[in-house]
Amino acid sequence: MTDKSWPLWEVFIRTRNGLAHRHVGSVHAVDATMALHAARDTYTRRGEGLSVWVVPSASITASDPADKDMMFEPTATKIYRHPTFYEIPDEVGHM
Amino acid sequence: MYTQALNSQDSAAHTAKEDPQAEARFQARIDAEEKIEPNDWMPAAYRRTLTRQIAQHAHSEIVGMLPEGNWITRAPSLKRKAALLAKVQDEGGHGAYLYAAAETLGTSREEMEDQLLSGAAKYSSIFNYPTLSWADIGIIGWLVDGAAIMNQIPLCRCSYGPYARAMVRVCKEESFHQRQGYEIMLALCKGTPAQKAMAQEALDRWWWPVLMMFGPPDKDSQHTESAMRWKIKRFTNDELRQKFIDATIPQGHFLGLTFPDPALKFNDTTGHWDYGDIDWVEFKQVVAGNGPCNRQRMAQRRAAHEAGGWVREAANAYARKRQQRAAMSIAAE
Repeated sequence: MTDKSWPLWEVFIRTRNGLAHRHVGSVHAVDATMALHAARDTYTRRGEGLSVWVVPSASITASDPADKDMMFEPTATKIYRHPTFYEIPDEVGHM
Repeated sequence: MYTQALNSQDSAAHTAKEDPQAEARFQARIDAEEKIEPNDWMPAAYRRTLTRQIAQHAHSEIVGMLPEGNWITRAPSLKRKAALLAKVQDEGGHGAYLYAAAETLGTSREEMEDQLLSGAAKYSSIFNYPTLSWADIGIIGWLVDGAAIMNQIPLCRCSYGPYARAMVRVCKEESFHQRQGYEIMLALCKGTPAQKAMAQEALDRWWWPVLMMFGPPDKDSQHTESAMRWKIKRFTNDELRQKFIDATIPQGHFLGLTFPDPALKFNDTTGHWDYGDIDWVEFKQVVAGNGPCNRQRMAQRRAAHEAGGWVREAANAYARKRQQRAAMSIAAE
């Protein structure tokens, strides 16, 4: 086989319920137009979405799982960022 | 089945020692039901086992399009034809989700395709049996997809995130497959005596090969231990086979069909159906490439791949042309 491998694209779909685009998987395609068609055929055969994004996988910058403590630990100690940190008397009712 | 790959032994050359600390941390995450994601550290054996398993699952979906595709042009009505087309399309889609999940482990789709076409990779034994009558399409939906669902529902909780997420999508779609198959069986069983006989004949041919889909009995399956420890697999072959039999026998009786197993009997003590001995010699023959259709399936896959070669070349040429034009128009500005 002489064909060189096609680039990988990550597929994001926005469902009809108004939530943000969500990652659903990936497809191989030579260009963005073909990636959109392949994504539609592969991931929306049953009305799963109203909008599709395709992004070249190579364009995504991801955090390194090995750094996750350094990246996310600082938020664990800041409990005052959560509403439950604050005491409100019961008489005040729901807030 | 689709987990038959988990029954083959890892080759001895691959038993290099892992960093014990990293391995202990990895196992602790699995034990805590955390999902393992593509860039996370994982033992080489976990990566290899999963790659082989997911790729075999993908190959099974792709080869599984052939026995059913055989009946698309001969479906008895437009309704059945539309449903069968949609179902075969789904199988292609399942193959695509699964290849994408396997690729996250570092093996390219081209490599996996080459492994299938060269015969180095296996696919489920069941797709090496022929579809001789229209009733076989009913049987495939009801029993083959039914067995697949039994196997795949626990895989939705597999420790490897991309595989588990792909299985959630697959399971949703398989439910349509099983129901459309059972409806075909119902129509045949309520039809003329000849139609009912066709349904019975199909069940007689497929029942034992379907039970073999779950893989060898637990006592002969050496690979189960690590797959269970890593939570790739949650139930053993025999456990899943028993669940499937218990769920399926009443459905068959509702159709008025007889299962081709004289030893089949409900056991009041265990609450399960007891069943007769499975012909594991036949299973080994089919897995070794000597089933009724192995050579035909591989020849068809290779022919389809070669016949599609011009499409891949044309797509590449078109993409190159568009890139060059875009580069020229930028240079001209």
